[in-house]
Order: sequence, then C-alpha cells, then structure tokens
Amino acid sequence: MSLLNRQHSVLPGFGLSFGISVVWLSLIVLLPFTALVLMSTKLGWSAFVATVGAERVIASLKLSFGASAVAALINAVFGFLLAWVLVRYPFPGKRLIDALIDLPFALPTAVAGIALTTLYAPNGWIGQYLAPLGLKVAFTPLGIVIALVFIGLPFVVRTVQPVLEDLEKELEEAATCLGASRGQIFRRVIFPAVLPALITGTTMAFARATGEFGSVIFIAGNIPLVSEIAPLIIISKLDQYDYLGATAVAVVMLGLSFVLLFAINAIQWWASRRHGGGR
Amino acid sequence: MSSANLTTEAPWVRRVLIAVALAFVTLFLLVPLVAVFWEALAKGWELYLAALVEPEAWSAIKLTLLTAAIAVPLNVVFGVAAAWAIARFEFRGKSLFTTLIDLPFSVSPVVAGLMYMLMFGANGWLGPWLAEHDIKLMFAVPGIVLATVFVTFPFVARELIPLMQAQGQDEEQAAMVLGASGWQTFWKVTIPNIKWGLLYGVILTNARAMGEFGAVSVVSGHIRGETNTIPLHVEILYNEYNFVGAFACASILALLALVTLLVKTLIEWRIARQREGAKERTLEARLAPASTH
Repeated sequence: MSLLNRQHSVLPGFGLSFGISVVWLSLIVLLPFTALVLMSTKLGWSAFVATVGAERVIASLKLSFGASAVAALINAVFGFLLAWVLVRYPFPGKRLIDALIDLPFALPTAVAGIALTTLYAPNGWIGQYLAPLGLKVAFTPLGIVIALVFIGLPFVVRTVQPVLEDLEKELEEAATCLGASRGQIFRRVIFPAVLPALITGTTMAFARATGEFGSVIFIAGNIPLVSEIAPLIIISKLDQYDYLGATAVAVVMLGLSFVLLFAINAIQWWASRRHGGGR
Repeated sequence: MSSANLTTEAPWVRRVLIAVALAFVTLFLLVPLVAVFWEALAKGWELYLAALVEPEAWSAIKLTLLTAAIAVPLNVVFGVAAAWAIARFEFRGKSLFTTLIDLPFSVSPVVAGLMYMLMFGANGWLGPWLAEHDIKLMFAVPGIVLATVFVTFPFVARELIPLMQAQGQDEEQAAMVLGASGWQTFWKVTIPNIKWGLLYGVILTNARAMGEFGAVSVVSGHIRGETNTIPLHVEILYNEYNFVGAFACASILALLALVTLLVKTLIEWRIARQREGAKERTLEARLAPASTH
C-alpha cells in the first residue's frame, strides 16, 4: 500500500515531478522551519514569556498588527472603489491605471520605502503641505500605515476585480425592473456577492503587511516604543546574537500569520459553499 | 431607456468615483514612482551615471544578477514539476502539499532570513559542522541565493497550477494515445499550452528575486562590495545621505518593475486574444455541421 494512493492516469511522470517538488520543498521550506521549531523548543516557557512580554516587544507587535489593520481597512475601501471603477466605468487611461495597480508587487520594497520617505519627510513633495497642518507622517506610525497601504493595495483590487467582472448584469436589471433603487441594488445584490472576495483580499493585504520590512523601516524612523515594528525587533536581536530571543518573537509572528492563513482558507471554503448552495 | 442605463449610476456619481480613484492611484502609486527617477536625476545625468558605475554599485548589480540567474531557474524547474504533479494527478495529501508550497508567502521575509540563520549560522543547527568543513553559507553568496529561493518559491507553481487545471489533460492524453513519449508530450503539448503563464511566473519570480530586501538583509552580513545586492546597497547609500546614489540604484530596480508590468500587460493581452480565438473556433465548429445541411 503506497502512502500516496494516487489514481491511475494515462500521463507519466508522477514519480519524477512529485519527487523533484518534494525534495525541493523539504530543502528550501521544511528544513528551515524545522530549525526554527527546534530552536524554539530550547526556549523555556518562562524565557519565552519574558522575551515576548518585554515592553518593547509588546509595543512593536501592537504597532505591527495595529498599523497593518488600519492599512488593510483603508485598502478595503479604496481597493474596492478602484476595482469597481476599473470594471464598470470607461475613462481615458484606464488600461494604464489597471497596469499600474500591480506596481507594489513589482517594485522592490526598499525602493518604495525610500521614495515614500522622501515624499512624506517634512520637506518632501507631500510632507511640506502636511507639516503646516501639524501632520507629521514620516518617522511616525502614520508613515508606517502609508507604506503598508502602498504594498497591500493590489491584493484587494486583484481579488475583487474578477468577481465584479463575473457578476451577472441580468440580476441588477431584474432588480431595477422590480423597482429597487441603485443604492438598494448595491447593498442587497452587488455587495453580498463581492463580500467574500473583499474579505479575502483584505486579509491577504493584512497578512502581508504584518511581516513587511523593506518599505517600512525607512519611513518608520524606528523609535523604540513608538515606531519600531516587530520584524525590526527580530533583526536587532539577531545583531546582538540573541538567537533565542529572535526565535521567540518570530514564533509569535508566525503563529499569528498562521491564524490569518487559516482564516483566509475558512472564508474561501465558506464562500464556495454558500455560492454552490445558493443555486 | 437602454439597459446600460438601468445598471449604472448617475453621471455625476460616476465622475466623482472615477476622480477619487484616480487621485488615490496618483498619490499612492504614480507619485512615488516618479519621485524615484526625479531624485535620481536631481543633480543631472553625469552624477546619475557616475553613481551607477561606481565599483560598489557595480558589484551590487553583478551580485543581484548572479542571484537571480541561480534562483529563478531552480524555482522554474520546481514550479513546473509541482504544477505537473498537482494539476495532472490525484494523490492523498494533495491539499497539504499545495498549502506547504504557499507557505513562504505567509512568512515575513525577516523570519525567513532568521530560519536560515538558525540552520546555517555560526550558532545555528548545522553551524559547527559547516565551520569544521570550512563552508560559509551565511554572510556569503550561497545564503543570499537560499533566502532568495525561499521568498520566490511559490510564484511559478502558483501561476501554473490553476492554468493547467483549467486546460485539462485531453490534449496530453491524445498525444500519448497517438504514440508520443512522455517527454515529447511535455515539450510539444504542455509547454506550448502553458508558455504565457510560465513566462509570467518567471518575470514575477525574477522581479522579486532582484528586489528582495528583508530576507536577504538578514543573511547577507552587509559586506560592501561583496555581499550587497542592489536593494541593500540602496539602503546603505540612503542611510549615508547619498540620495542621488541611492535613488540612482533604486531607479534600476524601478525600471525593472516597469518592464515587469509591461510584459505582464502584454501577456494578459495575448491570453485574452487567444481565448477569443478559441471561442470563435468553437463557435465555428458548432456552426459547421449546421451549414452542411
């Protein structure tokens, strides 16, 4: 009895392709994970609590997850709006805007980081107009949110866009004929259909933002207890050869992102079931 | 009233929504992109070019190219193999396998770097053994390549799996039945069918490989002229207030991003045209028997 009880297929190459991918997966992903797990077992419970419970670590985790949540919500609103405008309305330059949406996927994070910092610094293109209003963006948590909005935007747009494209116009026409207003149609017909994709996209943007490093460290200013993100804590612990401490923070971050990953899968499962059952 | 009017908003609502969307894109995407080139050229072309041919910048460029040249092909082979196994066969544990492939997406790049340090670093799991045999992985080029392979791990497989599942295996089975060998089927049927998706996966992998910062930053050791990639060099120059130098190096990466977006748009255009062509062909095939009567 083989463990991989596969069904018969006419096509060959299962052994070869599965073998290559399992070996590569083990070497690149599973082995390093094992190293992390092994290191974390060396960490006693009290040492773990002491490391993770330190004021600076707690502040950084709160900041990383808090700023990510704010950025994800901003992206949910504007990402939805962008997807809507791109799918529904014709306007000049639409294809260019559509292509530009993926810029945060393609632009290296460090480049985005220094560009945003230069723009939002008190003497920068944008910062100089905000400074007189008493708004400090660069080197504050607000700057971190701006950077995280930048990197998270395509996740929401690219998850919502295909769902909006597939939406059947007949439903809306029928609703209009039955006397529903445009606002009612949006709330009762369009929004419920798009909601699972919107939640998935927003969660993906959130998950990506919590671990983000390159685009944030330049604009954050990295002031302990104020604008120091969790990944930076890991790096500074590593620089001090505190491998155990770095591992403890990493374990907390990994644990939280696995919860998120699980949530995404659960949403997709729920959405596909609801979609299938609704017919 | 035409049906188009039934399912759209009043013109003023549309205009306001388009204006807000355009303002958001301009502020958050366009302005930062323009700023990179603007700052790079702030002191003129001469200083811009001088910043790029400077020896440390040049060695960073070479290291970045080398890293991508190793990491991308490795992940392409893996991605195609994984997609073939997942899209063409049913086996137990398939969904776990798929989840594990996606794992690097949900790990912070910094944590990824840390995992390699814990394994190969001086105080790491295999550190003492490596030191004994005089093998240096961390704070050296192999570590940079490993970290890059990790963060770009899922891209090709992610692109190919849905594509190959949607295409089905009818054409490959037909080729086999007609007597083609497995490899012939792969090269002459599968590869031509997936070439655009594969190309897209490759350029995404490449863009991320050349631009990775967090993971590489942890394992590189930041040795100038030796283990600095372009993004790391950008950081050093920026922190030294050498803004022209930092943005000049950043502009190379920004150009790479623009090329990536351009290729992506062209590929999508290509796929859309292919799909329309396929639709027309099915329509013709359906109409053909009717016209013979």
